Amino acid sequence: MKAGSRLKFSEWLVTLPSFVWLLVLFLVPTVLVFAIMFKPATPYGGIGEGWTLATLRTLGNPNYPAIVWRTLWLSVAATGLCILLATPMGYYMARVSPSRRRLVLLLVILPFWTSFLVRIFAWKVLLHPEGALKHALVFLGLIAPETSLLYNAYAVLLVMVYTELPFAILPIYAASEKFDFRLIEAAKDLGASSFLAFRKIFLPGIRVGLLTAFLMVFIPSLGSYVIPDIVGGPTSEMIGNKIAQRTFVDRNLPHAAGLSALLTIAVLIPMVAITVLRRKENPKDTLIEEGV
Amino acid sequence: MSEFLEFEDVSKHYGAVKAVDHVSLTVKQGEFFSLLGPSGCGKTTLLRILAGFEQPDTGRVLLGGEDVTDLPPYERKVNTIFQSYALFPHLSVWDNIAFGLKVAKRPKKEIKAEVAKMLALIQMEDQAWKKPDQISGGQKQRVAIARALVNKPRVLLLDEPLAALDLKLRQRMLIELDLIHDEVGITFLYVTHDQGEAMSLSDRIAVMKLGKIEQLGTPAEIYEAPRSSFVAAFIGDTNFFDGIVAEPLEKNSVLDGFLSVAVDKDYSRLKIEDFPDLECFNDKQIKEGEHIFLSIRPEKLRISRERPEPLPHLNVIEGHVEDVIYLGSQTKYWVRTGDYRISVIRQHSRYLLDEKPIRWREKVWLSWHADDGFMLEKYSEQDENLIQLPPEEVGETTESNQILARPADAGEPAAAGDAAR
Repeated sequence: MKAGSRLKFSEWLVTLPSFVWLLVLFLVPTVLVFAIMFKPATPYGGIGEGWTLATLRTLGNPNYPAIVWRTLWLSVAATGLCILLATPMGYYMARVSPSRRRLVLLLVILPFWTSFLVRIFAWKVLLHPEGALKHALVFLGLIAPETSLLYNAYAVLLVMVYTELPFAILPIYAASEKFDFRLIEAAKDLGASSFLAFRKIFLPGIRVGLLTAFLMVFIPSLGSYVIPDIVGGPTSEMIGNKIAQRTFVDRNLPHAAGLSALLTIAVLIPMVAITVLRRKENPKDTLIEEGV
Repeated sequence: MSEFLEFEDVSKHYGAVKAVDHVSLTVKQGEFFSLLGPSGCGKTTLLRILAGFEQPDTGRVLLGGEDVTDLPPYERKVNTIFQSYALFPHLSVWDNIAFGLKVAKRPKKEIKAEVAKMLALIQMEDQAWKKPDQISGGQKQRVAIARALVNKPRVLLLDEPLAALDLKLRQRMLIELDLIHDEVGITFLYVTHDQGEAMSLSDRIAVMKLGKIEQLGTPAEIYEAPRSSFVAAFIGDTNFFDGIVAEPLEKNSVLDGFLSVAVDKDYSRLKIEDFPDLECFNDKQIKEGEHIFLSIRPEKLRISRERPEPLPHLNVIEGHVEDVIYLGSQTKYWVRTGDYRISVIRQHSRYLLDEKPIRWREKVWLSWHADDGFMLEKYSEQDENLIQLPPEEVGETTESNQILARPADAGEPAAAGDAAR
């Protein structure tokens, strides 16, 4: 027993830095955001004395439902597309020779070597009305000359998928690599076509990776701010943009905090749901074990 | 009808390695047929070709007269039991067994009835809703069998199905497999490296070596009349003696002999270093002067303190006991004669404690009938390397085989593997 408790202590010691980190940089700010929501705003962008529910009432802004809806569908669509693209990719990466796999893995993480902002601006150049892509598509007769590739929700979706795809590929690849591909043979042996074996055996086999990919893409998507700001127009605003606007333009911190709190709750719902779901399935499972 | 499953000139190469080398083979309907060989002999590749997981480079596979060579696995009426069982971990025992029927879109009622029947066959009705990781190894094995059999395959393929089980369980599953085979009457194609499994289950065995079939026959044929040194050493235990065929026996050299005059030509005289001249039945017309390996199974040798009465065709040699292992039903002796360490098994058919058993260091006589030895080609180092027996058996075979690596063999025209060295 003594040895066991000593081990526990050393384990604590090892995890302590990350606990402190999370406490100071995650938990405390979150609590602050929730607290500021109940503070009055001052005309100069500060936080007033006392407590109020005024912010909660202003959150019923008639413009918001449209923005919330757009944020939701863009996030769902981006997550769906990412998983759709990442699953065959993960399957492929788990099946190819190790040398090829290393190369593909390198290609997947290669974009991270360039600044996020630079890559978004690169998309802006690509999609620009005078850009090469636009000219090519018009020349091929695929789009009308007046169509805009930039400044709409689809441009936002495209760049979101581009940005978040690696975060879907990596957990799905990690799960695929652990998958026992002899099970696919067994399924085929029992009469299942390749597609059926993929759907009935492979997908359930990597569901941990799929769930992780879902979280890794869906949560950042909900909070997107830079992408809609740069490649989206005023008609493709997301909640993130509104938070930025309330903070920097309107200088209404309690209102921005209220929106942030809403977003935090929205993010927590799928996370808690998935954790509960997996606890039920396998009590020993932890949430991020199969992550990156 | 008799040629139910046929491999016709089937080959499969992986790069320069010939996994299966022009194999032709027919299996009868309802037969329990084993492919037996050391790892890398091509037996699993042959099975995978039949299952449809591998495409042969040459040849074709016929099942019930129909060419199935180009059919994908899911269109073949064969099912496999994998070494790893490959049970679907996210499905219950019931769903695992029902998988094939569900995929075939059979009516729900029928699926229920068939799965229930299978659960009864493997006696796991009360475990139907457990997941594979909640059941034991033997139970997984049985679920794998049920999952395959429920589809009523024309051939059931078993890829080393017992390799992952411990000894006790393996013996039980052997009996169960045998019972199941008798009950369902499906053709079984069984792949194994364990000669004991193959011997006890099979109607016929094909012993494979380096992608080729070395010998095909019933277990008794293969054990009693191995066609090559490789087979003799791989199936069971044997003693090899390196010798040369001498001139035929003359009448007066035959001990006690007027009886033997008529049959003299069937027996050859062998000259083996350190030994008196020996006799061996020669059914292969091996000519005088040829270099041979005489192989004698340990249980064919008789061990005694007194020199046995001379009889026609009885070979007698002298030695001393180097090691004794008492095994209950039998005793195993290692007897030293010159360079040879000969293994002998003595069955205890009488009450042993009343006898005075032969002990360590005693001087003994070994005798065997000339019919019980057989002359084979040289047992090469390559054969020895191919035969990688599980650790507990290595002690038995290698001891007697070590003699073969004697420097005296170095000058002989050797098998390809030797020449390369």
